[in-house]
Amino acid sequence: MNIAVCVKQIPDQSVPGRLDPGTHNLVRDGKLILDDSDSYGVEMALQLVDRAGGGEVTLISMAPNSELSGLRTALAMGASKAVLVSDPSLAGSDALTTAKVLAAAIRRNPFDLVMAATESTDGYTGTVPVQIAELLDIPSVSFAKKVEIENGVLKVQRQTESGYDEVECPLPALVSVTAGVVEPRYPSFKGIMAAKSKPVDVLDVAGLGTGPLTSGQEIVSVRDAEERASGTVVIDEGEGYQQVVEFLESLKII
Amino acid sequence: MSLSKIWVFVEPSESGVSSTSLELISAASSIAPLVEAFGYGVGPEVSQTLGDHGATKLIAATGLDGVLAGTAVASVMAKRIAGDAPDAIFFAATPEGRDAAARLSAKLDLPVCTNVVNLLQDGADLVSEHAVFGGAVIVSAKFTSAGPGIYVIRAKSFTAEPKGGAAAAFEEVNVGDIGSAGKAKIVQSHVEARSGPKLDEAPVVVSGGRGLGQQESYQMIEELAKLLNGAPGASRAIVDAGWVPYSYQVGQTGKTVKPSVYIACGISGATQHMVGMKGAKNIIAINKDADAPIFTIADLGIVGDVHKILPKLIEAIKSKG
Ligand SMILES: Cc1cc2nc3c(=O)[nH]c(=O)nc-3n(C[C@H](O)[C@H](O)[C@H](O)COP(=O)(O)OP(=O)(O)OC[C@H]3O[C@@H](n4cnc5c(N)ncnc54)[C@H](O)[C@@H]3O)c2cc1C
Ligand SMILES: Nc1ncnc2c1ncn2[C@@H]1O[C@H](COP(=O)(O)O)[C@@H](O)[C@H]1O
Repeated sequence: MNIAVCVKQIPDQSVPGRLDPGTHNLVRDGKLILDDSDSYGVEMALQLVDRAGGGEVTLISMAPNSELSGLRTALAMGASKAVLVSDPSLAGSDALTTAKVLAAAIRRNPFDLVMAATESTDGYTGTVPVQIAELLDIPSVSFAKKVEIENGVLKVQRQTESGYDEVECPLPALVSVTAGVVEPRYPSFKGIMAAKSKPVDVLDVAGLGTGPLTSGQEIVSVRDAEERASGTVVIDEGEGYQQVVEFLESLKII
Repeated sequence: MSLSKIWVFVEPSESGVSSTSLELISAASSIAPLVEAFGYGVGPEVSQTLGDHGATKLIAATGLDGVLAGTAVASVMAKRIAGDAPDAIFFAATPEGRDAAARLSAKLDLPVCTNVVNLLQDGADLVSEHAVFGGAVIVSAKFTSAGPGIYVIRAKSFTAEPKGGAAAAFEEVNVGDIGSAGKAKIVQSHVEARSGPKLDEAPVVVSGGRGLGQQESYQMIEELAKLLNGAPGASRAIVDAGWVPYSYQVGQTGKTVKPSVYIACGISGATQHMVGMKGAKNIIAINKDADAPIFTIADLGIVGDVHKILPKLIEAIKSKG
């Protein structure tokens, strides 16, 4: 069982995000970290390979400045190797361009399954994974909350607006997982040491061989949204509930 | 120059067609004279409602045979686009809508624009507005390449407005063979029962978060919601923890709600949660941390313990009868 896991490396989310005033792209100059959303896919892939009794987890990432820190975290969790695409021309890429790059990077190694997160934390287009599936001409199951492989058949519980569907699908296929599907492991000290020598294939667009890539959209302006005025904040001393009652009464809810 | 034709992906609901679908039809018909709906799981019974909101035609995909709906409808759209291309294609940011938009975008090599909260016309162009950083900043974007732009639009960005059009013409299209994408099939569907008003339509929403501490405490949320004729909701933290089903989730990846009152209990106010409830007319927050971001948007904030406040609140409302 060989699994390609898309992992996005993103700015630390505890630092407020910023748009470059010139290009309007999200500023990504600091150190990047593994997107939390993708740690679930990595964990799930490691477990599936383990259960299959053999195979490799290959990480796939596109990030500026040959950034490796987030990939090292996922390698330390247990992934075998990584493919990183880094090229200044990819700054501000739209979802389809990102998907083309990732699909081309995935094709460099044999795979039975591709995993991604339903949405990235900083981009949240939520379309990249299924675009990758279409480009690779494989079936996809998005919004997966439980993933199993039985006799070469992928079995997924897929969240829907009203509950969930049991979906089955032959391999190769792509799944995008929601957070919370599994508990991502913490890298062990041994894992962290081993990650330093695991192979990372770093490519630029020319090396990837996709041909020219152009994003089909541009940001025309950025403005602050109207702020919601904040209201009254009271500290509960035992009678705080009364304030809620009065507020609801004033709105004629009760 | 202006836009002449827009395609809209429509989804079924218990009442026929989903309210978000009607919002998108209304938005499309205020931009272009020809609005064609592409749906699945709906028949001629929704033609009148769709027509009323401005759709001229309903093209319903049939013969899905378990294939994921978004994938199937994307295939129908792709086969039909040659010679009949619209100027723009609208999808709601639902699981099916995202699947369909993503498949279609990659099939036709067209860019997709997601998390749209508003659309404005600029001559022959559409400018889309996107809420980023939890809705604090609005980014406006435009497509630069040729071909219909694909837009994935957040629920409740537009109002569904009946304007009294004739019933939409009805046409069925069998999806036929859709290649490898069609190999993923639903073998069984599970619907999680919920009682009371629908989360995204309820006038009052009471949501609970990790601050409830344990699953049992969610009962207080359900009880309060019921007393106020509202719907219970949740942050993703407790959906992920398995306390409540995904259909309860409010926010970026869940439902967008715009009730008259939203009561957030033990919810910190992460940007991804706020983007789904910031549109509420009145917001009440109960959180023991005075610095919780949710207080920055609350009309009434109570700094305190949900386990102390909620039981008293429930009692007080009950005693009012
Ligand atoms: C791509 C992406 C999409 C996401 N989509 C969503 C989404 O759709 N919806 C969503 O909700 N989140 C979403 N999230 C997750 C979001 O970032 C937060 O992690 C989540 O909203 C936190 O939930 P919470 O407020 O319940 O938990 P926490 O952030 O842990 O907050 C718990 C709060 O409870 C308070 N508290 C603790 N004990 C008590 C007590 N006894 N009484 C009162 N208050 C107490 C604490 O002070 C704290 O503020 C998404 C994240 C990502 C990356
Ligand atoms: N630059 C990237 N590198 C690796 N994976 C990515 C990248 N962008 C998106 N993905 C994958 O696609 C998922 C959804 O991203 P998005 O469509 O941006 O919400 C992410 O969680 C990743 O799994």
